[in-house]
Amino acid sequence: MSPFSWNLVADVREMWSIPLLLNAFRAGTVIAVVAAIVGWFMVLRRQSFAGHTLALVGFPGAAAAVWLGIGIAVGYYSACIAAALVIALLPAAGRRGYREESSVIGTVQAFALACGTLFVSLYKGLLGGPTALLFGTFLGISSTQVVTLVIVGSAVVAITAVIARPLVFSSIDPDVAAAGGVPVRTLDVIFLVVLGATAAEASQITGSLLVFALLLLPAATAQRLTARPGPGIALAIAIALVTIWSALFIAVYSVYPIGFWLTTIAFGFYVLASVAAALRNARRSVPTRIAAGALPAAGGVR
Amino acid sequence: MPRSAIPRHAPLASAAEARSGYVVEVRDANVTLGGRVIWTHVNASIAPGEFVAILGPNGVGKSTLLKAILGLLPLSAGSVTWAEDVDRRAIGYLPQRRSFDASLRVRGLDVVRLGVDGDRWGLPLPGRRSRATARRVHELVDLVGAGGYAHRPIGELSGGEQQRLLIAQALARRPRLLMLDEPLDSLDLPNQASVAALISRICRDEDVAVIMVAHDVNPILGYLDRVIYLGHGGAVSGAPREVITSETLTALYDTPIEVLTTADGRLVVVGQPEAPAHHTDRHAPDGHAHHDGRHDQDQHRSRRSRSR
Repeated sequence: MSPFSWNLVADVREMWSIPLLLNAFRAGTVIAVVAAIVGWFMVLRRQSFAGHTLALVGFPGAAAAVWLGIGIAVGYYSACIAAALVIALLPAAGRRGYREESSVIGTVQAFALACGTLFVSLYKGLLGGPTALLFGTFLGISSTQVVTLVIVGSAVVAITAVIARPLVFSSIDPDVAAAGGVPVRTLDVIFLVVLGATAAEASQITGSLLVFALLLLPAATAQRLTARPGPGIALAIAIALVTIWSALFIAVYSVYPIGFWLTTIAFGFYVLASVAAALRNARRSVPTRIAAGALPAAGGVR
Repeated sequence: MPRSAIPRHAPLASAAEARSGYVVEVRDANVTLGGRVIWTHVNASIAPGEFVAILGPNGVGKSTLLKAILGLLPLSAGSVTWAEDVDRRAIGYLPQRRSFDASLRVRGLDVVRLGVDGDRWGLPLPGRRSRATARRVHELVDLVGAGGYAHRPIGELSGGEQQRLLIAQALARRPRLLMLDEPLDSLDLPNQASVAALISRICRDEDVAVIMVAHDVNPILGYLDRVIYLGHGGAVSGAPREVITSETLTALYDTPIEVLTTADGRLVVVGQPEAPAHHTDRHAPDGHAHHDGRHDQDQHRSRRSRSR
């Protein structure tokens, strides 16, 4: 492949003529859309810790799949979705758990990483060791893998669309949602499985440790900029797409790993959005209020 | 008045209860949670358009009564009967002490909207229904006077503003009954007064019956049709000035209680059974006495999931 030229269109055209790189762009596009949508709900529900744990569980899954000689994607999906079900069924974590970081989830996470290192060392032939599994790679994504990404991704997006409103309701106001007939507990489980599948998808490019580059950062950036649900999700998708496309473009010419570029670009967007939000808040004069409950209620009937 | 004049297990019948129609009626209900008897022999009947307060000391089970009426907690005896024309899914309910995290990036409008269509599956497609929903949301926001701030993220709003939006949400389905659990709690005095006035106006203008749990009756005293004073052995209900008297409360709690009226008409209850033997308050390790939000919600969630 020819070196970088300032004729970007020609550069991209050349990249897309190479099946390996074309697959990377296809996979990246699918992953960005799915991760941004599911990530928006994850941020709203404050389940980032659960999301990260699910992605980490993908690492031993993928390592075991490589060791056993079955497809790496199978390893990611089965490990992440199984872990989602386990977390969902944990009695303490299932209810209100991961809004605070639950020690149970942390325990699962540590054990998963330990298993991953074991599987990696059992399989002697893994090129470059666990680095690609942990920090991502854009090489070696097969056409079959892209098709799987599209199928699983479509299912995830479809399920999310169907449960969207009750999910938002039960996320911000579980008691009222329950009183209004929303199956809060079932939605908890469904969303965790959706989150697990999404983490498994994203891990295939970002690696297990850097899923947040696509799962958390675009959604968190979008929520900084707008509190409206529709535009927020659309903005998250746009940010994720720009992030993955530019990271792939740079990574092709760069000697440094894609995980670094992805995360750095996504982080750059987040910092910009934070600065923009801070400036906007500073400009809008916020009236001072008496703190709620500052005035004692005079002794009355109790 | 001799103590025996009011038998502990037989509540007073009030004029309002003698009215024929009711929205919901609680008959001789008992609730036991985790082996602990919360209260027994509670009777209450809520008439259409009536503004009723549930009063009583901390830990007596006021929130529990609200949840039992809603069916979120099981009765161990007795019954809750709804009027036949009441759509039970359209009952407005505001649980205790909900304030939104300051970082929650959801607009007040969206929170109100959840009350209208938050339980519907699928995406809201543009069309007649979507326009009707948006119209209803704006109606509700205007009804509670939240037009000035409903477009802002709810986490940034003050307690009073959040409470108004939550009341709008609870009214979304045009309920016949609004159940509010300490909605004035953690509001400053001017906000207590204005939210109380708002609830009373909604009760009157929209013909919604209101059951409101309160630990201080004074902000709502002027608006109330009736109070239900809850004790462990039963409840007494009637007009506020009839029930909140030294004699009635002394009989209900079986311990000397004095009710004083201040110069500006406020009622002060002295000597309520707050002794540790009777009820373990906020700092008690065994949770049931005081409903600190989380414990309580977990408990009721697990109950719901088991009953499913």
